[in-house]
Amino acid sequence: MPDNDPNVLRHRLGAAAGQQARSEARDVRVVAFTLNGESVQVAAPAHWTLLEALRYRLGLIGTKQGCDKGDCGACTVRVDGEAVLSCLTLAVMAAGRRVETVEGLGVGRPHPLQRAFDDCGAAQCGFCTPGMLMSAAAMLDQARAAGRTLSRMEIAAGLGGNLCRCTGYVRILDAVEQAQRELGGGGER
Amino acid sequence: MSEFRVLGRHHRKIDAMDRMTGVERYTDDLTLPRMLHCKILRAPIAHGRILGIDTSAALAIPGVEAVITGADLPTPYGIIPWTPDEHALCFDKVRYVGDAVAAVAAVDEETANAAVAAIEVRYEKLPVLDDPHAALADHATLIHERRKPDGSLVTNNISKRVELSFGDLDAAFADAELVVEADYRFHGTTHTPIEPHCALAHADARGILTIWSATQVPHYLHRELAKVLGLPRNRIRVIQPALGGAFGGKSEPFDLEFCAALLSLRTGRPVKCLYTREEVFLAHRGRHPFDMHYRTAFDRDGTIRGVDARTVLDGGAYSSFGLVTTYYSGQLLCSPYRFGAYRFDSRRAYTNKPACGPKRGHGSVQPRFAIEVQLDKAAVALGIDPIELRRRNALTVGERTINEFAIGSYGFLDCLAEVERASGWTERRGKLPRGRGLGVAGSTYISGTNYCIYPTDLPQSGVQICLDRSGRVRVFSGTSDIGQGSSTMLAAVAAEELGVALEDVRVLAADTDLTPVDLGAYSSRITLMAGHACQRAAKDLAFKVRSAVATAWDCDRSDVVLAEGQAMRLSAPETAMPIAEAFVLAEVEFGTLGATGSYQTPREGVHGDYRGATIGASPAYSFTAHVAEVEVDEETGEVQVLQIWAAHDCGRALSPTLVKAQIEGSVYMGAAEAVMEHHHTMPSGLRADGKRRDPGPGVAGLLANSSLLDYRIPTALDTPDITAIIVEHPDPNGPYGAKEAGEGPLHPAIPAIANAIFDAVGVRIDALPITPEKVLAALRARTEAR
Ligand code: FES
Ligand code: FES
Repeated sequence: MPDNDPNVLRHRLGAAAGQQARSEARDVRVVAFTLNGESVQVAAPAHWTLLEALRYRLGLIGTKQGCDKGDCGACTVRVDGEAVLSCLTLAVMAAGRRVETVEGLGVGRPHPLQRAFDDCGAAQCGFCTPGMLMSAAAMLDQARAAGRTLSRMEIAAGLGGNLCRCTGYVRILDAVEQAQRELGGGGER
Repeated sequence: MSEFRVLGRHHRKIDAMDRMTGVERYTDDLTLPRMLHCKILRAPIAHGRILGIDTSAALAIPGVEAVITGADLPTPYGIIPWTPDEHALCFDKVRYVGDAVAAVAAVDEETANAAVAAIEVRYEKLPVLDDPHAALADHATLIHERRKPDGSLVTNNISKRVELSFGDLDAAFADAELVVEADYRFHGTTHTPIEPHCALAHADARGILTIWSATQVPHYLHRELAKVLGLPRNRIRVIQPALGGAFGGKSEPFDLEFCAALLSLRTGRPVKCLYTREEVFLAHRGRHPFDMHYRTAFDRDGTIRGVDARTVLDGGAYSSFGLVTTYYSGQLLCSPYRFGAYRFDSRRAYTNKPACGPKRGHGSVQPRFAIEVQLDKAAVALGIDPIELRRRNALTVGERTINEFAIGSYGFLDCLAEVERASGWTERRGKLPRGRGLGVAGSTYISGTNYCIYPTDLPQSGVQICLDRSGRVRVFSGTSDIGQGSSTMLAAVAAEELGVALEDVRVLAADTDLTPVDLGAYSSRITLMAGHACQRAAKDLAFKVRSAVATAWDCDRSDVVLAEGQAMRLSAPETAMPIAEAFVLAEVEFGTLGATGSYQTPREGVHGDYRGATIGASPAYSFTAHVAEVEVDEETGEVQVLQIWAAHDCGRALSPTLVKAQIEGSVYMGAAEAVMEHHHTMPSGLRADGKRRDPGPGVAGLLANSSLLDYRIPTALDTPDITAIIVEHPDPNGPYGAKEAGEGPLHPAIPAIANAIFDAVGVRIDALPITPEKVLAALRARTEAR
């Protein structure tokens, strides 16, 4: 069939985008930050996300990639205490910051959240769990700092950016409530 | 007191702590030295003939190590051996937007993406059939060019048709008190595990090809890889690392496993392929859209006289498990209620969309929606309480369903009673505030299929156990723990029989080189089948250990029990030794301690002998009942599912925490299918009358919502409160009486919600998903009719 036949489609995604990606790949930056309490330096392409740098350069595979576009929360880490999506954070943006991943949660012995997740059966496949734990840790720390005890509904809202496909969230909420009790919340609701 | 020491108690999952400390490795967490990255080029149109592929520009890019196309993998495959209609890379045609056309291996992902972008493909565009009725119409363009055994062309797009009839249906309808007749639509949903599919292949210098894959069927993948790659099976090793959810979405081979494997063979380097989230949506194999026409005949007292079901299944581009789905659409309907007569006619159409397949509750969630709403309509028409109507149609233990499945246990009545009580049904129904309502539904599901998907007399599951001098127990099993906790179940069975703590059992699973074959995590088969195999192997070893201890104590073997980390003498409980010492005595007496156990399904008395009688037959059936409470906003049409009470008869809960977790996850998933999720594509406008409506903007057949933002799965806030209730009616065919718990509890959620909406505001939404638009339209129509 000739190319000018209306039923013929010549399809090529186009090399331009790809070429650009490769030249970006050569623009390597060195970023220094604190990772789970230790100073690290990592060399990574300038367009790499913090998620890529953690997983593919620093070997911290505990942080998961579920969508790579900010929709699932599996990649949640803490930056200066705040829960952030590492797939939407460029590695260079971590420069000089304090980054915490699930590997840094409860070093030496499990964090109360990890123990509560284990007790309650809150992890099924466990793929959402590291992100869930980091969101929950940030939320509980903030509540404690404000002297507040979070209600179950507030916990559910706080985990609204972390999708879990296995549990129906029942045991996750149970576990966060249990950990909150153990950590000792603030005062009134 | 329970007769068990480990089973039936609260267990922590044996692998959970590693998963939540970031230690456990899922497939994408694995890297190998010199590893290449694979990316796959996908079709931009839903139906077309490939006229030519030019890969030269891709190969010219530095860092690109290999490019393959359909010509490199010409052998067709398919999970069902009778319908091999897929190629790893499209051979002659593309059949949906996203069909794989070429694959590249390059030094990094960026280069691989650049290479994919440089490939040029010429297509001849063909009409896009996105409507199953259009696909089934006379003279529709053929999506697959199939040959009959005599060589002639199959001239339709029917992927499978099943017609079965039981009892005298015409008589059942002739003098019925009530006939309920309606059309139902199930819309199509997908699994969306949070872990995307991923495969890593390594063809090593010894000539062994190892594939690590996020699959729930390592054994079937092993077979298909051998077939498509033309390699002997003993040269291929499939390993399933920790898996981040599956739900049926990883239960057949996918293009990435074949591509990574061939690219590794070609380059001699390890090759990884990780799907993007969009590719997960394209790979699909999710729940089929069904168009269902149901007629149901009732007596005045609510007895079901007959059911007549006609169904069109929208199969998408390939067969997948479709042959089974088509059977299941009718075969799994005949329980938990007794039907006086039954007929079904199900046709599965090929369409130019991502292929549908098995999603949790395979093939039976859709018809369950239809029948349970039919029952609700009958209850209203006859003035009978909907729970009572269901009770009146109960089966009994020892009975055979109208399609001749043998019912060995039946806890359905207790399930109904539990949700009736827990939800406050009797006191609250009809007295709730305006806009609130309660609805009930029931269901049944299989605990594994009686037959493997390929003909064989081999066991469906094998387990090997070794005892270590340290007191540890090693369990080797081909089972896939996909998050449901099958490894913990095996550990609990071994711990129970051998008297060790759960923590002292190590389970090595899903490695075709190191573990005995198990068919995989599908059809809710593992607890029943691998549970039996594990129990047998463990009992064999316990026998040896007790014998050796009895010799040492000079007592009868029956006087020795293994429990709580010790061997103890029953008649003299103060006589005891640590279990490790008991293992040592046994090893001295019998040599290295190992045993195998295997399981094959019963072949006698479980099903009829008509053609198709075996499909849907199971050693044991689970039962579930739900009550849903909803609140409908009559101003906006919005439905809030407030709570679901779910009672599930799992035979025996070997691990109650895990069973409850399965019930909760199932309920969540079902509720989401009712009111939130919809996997759908942009319309082509081509209809069954052969005419084309204006489809509006967009590429015909393009997935409309291929991200986790647009395909809306519930967050913690969207999920209703869930009360999971375990009902235990042990089945003689289950290990310790156990039946399934992972899929059955999903089914009633959808019809229970639909029925609750009727209870709340008096309108029926028979076409899913239940959207505010549909509810509002129904409310308006009702007001106008008044
Ligand atoms: S991977 Fe970052 S939000 Fe999904
Ligand atoms: S535990 Fe599997 S996604 Fe949350």
